[in-house]
Amino acid sequence: MKKYDVKNCKIVRADELVADNIYDFEIFYPEFAQAAKPGQFAHIYIPGRTLRRPISICDINKEKGTLRLVFQIRGAGTAQLAEFTENQFLDVLAPLGNGFKLEDANKKAVFVGGGIGVPPLLSAAKFYGKNATVALGFRNKDAVILEDDFKACGADVRIATDDGSYGHHGLVIDLIKDEKPDIIYACGPTPMLKAVAAFAEENGIECQISLEERMACGIGACLGCAVKLRDDEGNEYNGHVCKDGPVFDHRKVVY
Amino acid sequence: MADLRVNVAGIEFANPLIAASGTFGFGREYAELYPLSELGGISTKGTTLKERPGNPPPRVTETPSGMLNAVGLQNPGVDHFIAHDLPWLRQQGTKIIANLAGSGAEEYFEMAAKLDETDIDMIELNISCPNVKAGGVQFGTTVAGVTEITKGVRANTKKPLMVKLSPNVTDISEMALAAEAAGADAVSLINTLTGMRIDINTGRPIIHNNTGGLSGPAVLPVAIRMVWQVASKVKIPVVGLGGISTWQDVVEMMLAGATAVQIGTALFTDPYAPLKITKGLNEFLDSKGIKSVTELTGGIKPW
Repeated sequence: MKKYDVKNCKIVRADELVADNIYDFEIFYPEFAQAAKPGQFAHIYIPGRTLRRPISICDINKEKGTLRLVFQIRGAGTAQLAEFTENQFLDVLAPLGNGFKLEDANKKAVFVGGGIGVPPLLSAAKFYGKNATVALGFRNKDAVILEDDFKACGADVRIATDDGSYGHHGLVIDLIKDEKPDIIYACGPTPMLKAVAAFAEENGIECQISLEERMACGIGACLGCAVKLRDDEGNEYNGHVCKDGPVFDHRKVVY
Repeated sequence: MADLRVNVAGIEFANPLIAASGTFGFGREYAELYPLSELGGISTKGTTLKERPGNPPPRVTETPSGMLNAVGLQNPGVDHFIAHDLPWLRQQGTKIIANLAGSGAEEYFEMAAKLDETDIDMIELNISCPNVKAGGVQFGTTVAGVTEITKGVRANTKKPLMVKLSPNVTDISEMALAAEAAGADAVSLINTLTGMRIDINTGRPIIHNNTGGLSGPAVLPVAIRMVWQVASKVKIPVVGLGGISTWQDVVEMMLAGATAVQIGTALFTDPYAPLKITKGLNEFLDSKGIKSVTELTGGIKPW
């Protein structure tokens, strides 16, 4: 198939997760499932709306020919998306973005996710299986998502909550302080990403960070989703989340 | 199959659909989806004399039936465009319009002179970007400004020259007449309408530039009206844009007086929109027994 394309994809599963306002869809389009890489995203048309909504790819099932999309209602567009049900079709532009750089599966990888930043990490964690240590942070017990899915990969899963209602009472970064992995993958709120990047820097560990930004075209033409980056010489410039990312080497990101 | 060819300022376009500047980059991303020869032409990303970093994010947000953007003319500079993008674009089998934006009159003149030595088909002067102080809008909102820039660019190039007009003026037809009198071969309209949205929880404008340019279906009626007003005043061709997303919109824009049209924001909703529009336009013309799409231009029967 083309590098990316627009296709009508059947929704084969549409669940609402226990956590508030989070939905879990599985869409069927075998060519997308074959082409997609962990960390990429899908750009979804919402009927009657001008801009598509970028949703990270949570999981890829090449055998079933499906992509799993876990998203949160953020506004009217995602609220409309959440109304879709099984057997309906979504107009999807995918797979987009660069995705995570995956090392040898035998290397030790640490995953750090916060809130709705957790879903894009799942398929990459699967790749590392039992060599993955996964630290996930949420507001409280009710906000926890995908814990069992990460455990099913064979990963060592650790949870932190802001209020201590589940797992570690405190920051997600506390859960990986003693780890010495070969690579770290992170997605979540900016303070969390900063803490992870600082940890990676102090310990000389490679770190890949997935970012989000308001987006229009999704393919790098409109330059809407700017993100401040620094080049190898330290000069700052505006890159774009959709085409240069959404995954960036932590040393390139300027917070 | 009707004849979809149109002629703007001596340049023949295979069909009346031109990708609007700023929505299509330099074409490479959409070339992954379909041959760019499906388009009549491409108006490339607004280029300045020197590289520009653009505005900080957020740069875009959806609005009812449209969107606001304030990208701020992020571009690699005209020399980079000529060296790296133009040679590739030239091989795509479509007409290439170089869109220029400047912070001063001299910048426009210098860029026009540089492009005069290339094989681009046409120059589009962006004197209407609402999102940067240095985007030419100060020239696009007065007759004196339009005249100065158009005249100066005209003196520096023999290329067909199209002036892109701002709708953020009291009377757009005055600007069109000024461009025509100063030597423009065509005008394109409308650029975006300056707009604003505010996050009610933070009190901050959603767009980092505070204001942004409104585009999309929301602006179509304004664009149709302005194209109609301008087309009835000037003798040079009018290229209509602003909110076109369907073949019906194209027919309407051409009836209002447009010789060709530009498609922009609709590409974000559906990257394949131009192909669907061309197909629909063809079927409409056949169903009406219209042999050439040019017959639509100015076909409006005003009350």
